[in-house]
Amino acid sequence: MKDYTLTGESSRHAVESGLAAAEWYHSDIPRKEMKELMRRSDGPATRDTLLWLGLLVLFAGIGIALWPSWWSAPFWLAYGVLYGSSGDSRWHECGHGTAFKTPWKNDVVYQIASFMMIRNPVSWRWSHARHHTDTVIVGRDPEIGLMRPPVLRRVALNTVGLHDTWFSLKRMIYNASGRIHPEEATYIPESEWPKVIRVARVWTAIYAATIGLALWMGSILPLMVIGLPRLYGAWHHIMTGVLQHAGLAENVVDHRLNSRTVHMNPISRFIYWNMHYHVEHHMFPMVPYHKLPELHEKIKDDLPAPNPSIPQAYAELWPVLKRQFRNEEYYLRRELPPTARPYREDFHERALGIPAQ
Amino acid sequence: MSDWVDACAEDEIDAEDVIRFDHGERTFAIYRSPDDAYYCTDGLCTHEQVHLADGLVMDHIIECPKHNGQFDYRDGAPKRVPVCEALGTYPTKVENGRVLIRIG
Repeated sequence: MKDYTLTGESSRHAVESGLAAAEWYHSDIPRKEMKELMRRSDGPATRDTLLWLGLLVLFAGIGIALWPSWWSAPFWLAYGVLYGSSGDSRWHECGHGTAFKTPWKNDVVYQIASFMMIRNPVSWRWSHARHHTDTVIVGRDPEIGLMRPPVLRRVALNTVGLHDTWFSLKRMIYNASGRIHPEEATYIPESEWPKVIRVARVWTAIYAATIGLALWMGSILPLMVIGLPRLYGAWHHIMTGVLQHAGLAENVVDHRLNSRTVHMNPISRFIYWNMHYHVEHHMFPMVPYHKLPELHEKIKDDLPAPNPSIPQAYAELWPVLKRQFRNEEYYLRRELPPTARPYREDFHERALGIPAQ
Repeated sequence: MSDWVDACAEDEIDAEDVIRFDHGERTFAIYRSPDDAYYCTDGLCTHEQVHLADGLVMDHIIECPKHNGQFDYRDGAPKRVPVCEALGTYPTKVENGRVLIRIG
């Protein structure tokens, strides 16, 4: 298996070959249009956030009222998805600072969503910055979800949040003990380390208090509200997140080759906050989620055709993953429409493996 | 010897916007604020060497197009992570409809 660590041979190769912190391909958009697309507003995210928080309170309230009856189950399932999956997309958008125009609104939602996802808000801001600098560059990107050969056991465990939550809790306690992991030290500046440790200690105290309350009540109900929804509500963000980059090229500097845009139903779009426009998001991360449909319309002729649905995307992906078990260099090469500017073969040739037939 | 360099015409930059200006081996970002004052900073973000001229100007803030880090372009001060290090800034003046920068 390739070395996906951030401190190994792949990392050195990426730096030496010029793949790290490289200049990436962008579709052409006139400056005036780009400025309009990037322009911030509070309206859409305020509306969506009030709806999101309102539904969380409503579903948790009904779940608590009906507890311990099985009639509460559908409400917990809905609450869980809004917590363990919408939390992921809110963490993401507010981490970029693009969801709201008003900075404190981004920060408040970012802190709430980070807690829900058990992602240290300081560490993960830096980790995600690296993901955007070196998207799917092996040895540089700390957020490669599906490595080669694919570790499907990890994905399966993550549909109920087990792998990531176990990792997150271990890291939270590690940081709370006053330490920064060597891999974190590669992308978090030392000046930020005290903040990482402070947040980890506060969260550890909150989880300890929640567990203490559950023991005192003799019921898991407090954990159904805080903590467990990260597990039982994770499936949607794994389902959509796997499609972002899985099966596509590694070590390229064109998001059209390593990212996937998938059309989705309105409920998934709300949960995922439009991140199904993933090529567009990576190419222009300053464009707020609510402007991505407009951005897509402007550059779609320069991009591979989007997958028309989630099932179709998985039907396309599954044979690629199966083949990667036998040949880890295999990947799905996305075809461009005739209207698109071609891939820069000269630049990619060296880094790319065997293209799909 | 004067270090003033003719960078662009006043009207080449919209209000609350930025353009890129390359001079020799160096690259700069020139800003026009909402109140029509002109400013100049280093052209590349101190975080990952991305051209700031592709970013978004909001009042007196320039936001990097890659990671959404922010600077106050009047003094170069970092305002939002992931940027931690300040930008270099350079004096500007306007003469005969031209924006000049001193980059000595």
